[in-house]
Amino acid sequence: MDEHAFVLERQHFRHLLAALQERGYQTIGPTVREGAIVYDVIESDTDLPVGWGDIQDEGSYQLMQRAEAALFGYTLSPQSWKRFLHPPDVRLWQAHRTDGTFSITPAADEIPRCAFIGVRACELHAIAILDRVFLDGAFVDPIYQRRRAHTFIVAVNCGQASGTCFCASMQTGPAVDSGFDLALTEVIDAERHYFVVNVGTEGGAEVLNALPHREASAEEIAAAAQIVAATAEQMGRSLETANLKATLYNRSEDPLWDEVAERCLTCGNCTLVCPTCFCTTVTDVTDLSGAVAERRRQWDSCFTMEFSYIHGGSVRYTPKARYRQWMTHKLASWIDQFGVSGCVGCGRCITWCPVGIDITDMARRLQTADQPLGEAR
Amino acid sequence: MLDPMLPEIFQITRVVKETYDTFTLEMRPSAQRHTFPFEAGQFNMLYVYGVGEIPISISGDPGHTERLTHTTRTVGTVTKAMQALRAGDTLGVRGPFGTAWPVDTARTHDVVLVAGGIGLAPLRPALYQILNRRDEYGKIVLLYGTRSPEDILFRKELEQWRARFDLEIHVTVDYAGDVWHGNVGVVTRLIPKAPFDPAHTVAMICGPEVMMRFAAAELLKRGLSADCIYVSMERNMKCAVGFCGHCQFGPVFVCRDGPVFPFARVQPWINRWEI
Ligand SMILES: Cc1cc2nc3c(=O)[nH]c(=O)nc-3n(C[C@H](O)[C@H](O)[C@H](O)COP(=O)(O)OP(=O)(O)OC[C@H]3O[C@@H](n4cnc5c(N)ncnc54)[C@H](O)[C@@H]3O)c2cc1C
Ligand code: SF4
Ligand code: SF4
Ligand code: FES
Repeated sequence: MDEHAFVLERQHFRHLLAALQERGYQTIGPTVREGAIVYDVIESDTDLPVGWGDIQDEGSYQLMQRAEAALFGYTLSPQSWKRFLHPPDVRLWQAHRTDGTFSITPAADEIPRCAFIGVRACELHAIAILDRVFLDGAFVDPIYQRRRAHTFIVAVNCGQASGTCFCASMQTGPAVDSGFDLALTEVIDAERHYFVVNVGTEGGAEVLNALPHREASAEEIAAAAQIVAATAEQMGRSLETANLKATLYNRSEDPLWDEVAERCLTCGNCTLVCPTCFCTTVTDVTDLSGAVAERRRQWDSCFTMEFSYIHGGSVRYTPKARYRQWMTHKLASWIDQFGVSGCVGCGRCITWCPVGIDITDMARRLQTADQPLGEAR
Repeated sequence: MLDPMLPEIFQITRVVKETYDTFTLEMRPSAQRHTFPFEAGQFNMLYVYGVGEIPISISGDPGHTERLTHTTRTVGTVTKAMQALRAGDTLGVRGPFGTAWPVDTARTHDVVLVAGGIGLAPLRPALYQILNRRDEYGKIVLLYGTRSPEDILFRKELEQWRARFDLEIHVTVDYAGDVWHGNVGVVTRLIPKAPFDPAHTVAMICGPEVMMRFAAAELLKRGLSADCIYVSMERNMKCAVGFCGHCQFGPVFVCRDGPVFPFARVQPWINRWEI
């Protein structure tokens, strides 16, 4: 953690939201809704999940009331920031038919400037991964690019890991290291409730300067560092990444895939909650008169049959092939495609799998399987 | 290309009925661009107004950039709607996308083209280029397999090419009618006897995946190295620019890293189930 840090007192936190709002940002952060913490527009600090924590394990998620009134005492929302940068449903363009031909107009949607409040370390890494997918290749996705360019990020270090977290294994957390404008660590002790603030960008410094703050003392910095270090010791799960790519490639014919296919419902929950799963499909529709057509882009999942359909049938027609595709993509082929793993160890796919399939457990079983390496037939 | 997801409007100038289910569209490039440069083996995303968008390889001569040519077999929703289009109608076009046949690397070598069914269309641009610079290549062999004599594409051109002495063409059909006197059986059976020097040959294969697998196996058996064999892979495609994830084949995106691959690149995956 940066030696140079600042302190924002809890009672001044609302000024942070106000300062961002004054600068034209829509402030989006965690809030409690229907028994879960979701990311949505928040107006003030009272919208935050004050005093709430979460208990997560395979196939289970529960909110719980905490002893202290922490603003960020929960670990992770089922949603990720992906929905704001890479929306679940967007219009790509509209076409208008005139005189036997047609013309195409790009979608000119108003894009709000968003400030994300409470972005976790794993989520920052997930955003960096989406950057690689949509910005760093031969083609740039203008939809993602415009949203991303307008984003202000207030990261928050994790004070507590959940039962399904394994960011420490993936080297994506729990300490926030880069990719933020401001990074906070929430410290609550017997007398005080404050945030240790690190500045990541000039924009971040400008906002901080508009708030009541002061230089952090060495003790305060140490207290914040201690919190993150303790979180690293609490990881509910772990994953051995050494040689994992080779294991997945070599064991593509392993009987374990049959076993998981008996449990997997191919519901696609895991792809939906995963902060890096980016796959989409498109739908082409026309209005009733046929004068206006449009193409929409929607989140898709490799767990559907249609996903791999080519004339004559789906390439991955069995659930085991689809589960294998997903897991192999996340942990192996992603590295070939984008130079990093597609998994940041957030644990959402484990928590939100209705039958509790655990990607870390699957990896471990493949790694320890004792049959000879599966040869390509 | 500013927005890679935005089609341009091209007007159809000519429709050629190739067979009962296959047609060729010739188009004039959009007003913005006038010409449409591309490399043999590349494809476009073609959008039929209100119906949908599909990947189709370019089947014309890369030397003629003033028009864009696609040959399509009608199999389902979008291709059916496309078949109904006439000269004067317009299509949305995005492209060109993807990798090319190794027409340059193949110079000084013998070249074997193995086509199955509609797979002849994506290979045709490579053949045009090679024939335009015929003296730079060794022997040229085209092996073409199709379902029945009625399914043979580009008949007139095949006749013209057959009349040349510097090009060898063998056609085979799965089901012969009464009037067919040519080869019967799968195209891969033509490979063992085809005249080329395995040590100095580049092979280009396009057709159904099983056919490409067997054709590559036969070529490997004849002593070609997996680096000298090229295949054009097919997968579901929604974006063609690496965003939608649909075209993944093991570690590659077919749209971005393909569709044309050296066989060595896909060999580890092509024999596994449901990749
Ligand atoms: C790189 C590439 C080049 C191709 N070149 C040609 C060509 O030159 N000529 C030709 O006739 N065909 C070609 N195809 C196949 C062609 O794209 C399909 O036949 C076409 O998508 C079928 O669409 P449909 O709506 O008529 O069929 P349906 O069966 O109704 O398909 C519904 C949808 O599934 C998807 N789909 C179905 N089949 C395929 C497929 N084989 N490949 C990719 N997506 C598919 C499409 O999104 C399609 O709209 C090519 C495919 C690829 C990937
Ligand atoms: S694969 Fe699972 S643990 Fe990894 S980033 Fe996606 S949801 Fe999180
Ligand atoms: S692994 Fe779990 S969440 Fe993912 S598709 Fe299968 S049942 Fe659904
Ligand atoms: S077609 Fe969308 S990623 Fe290849």
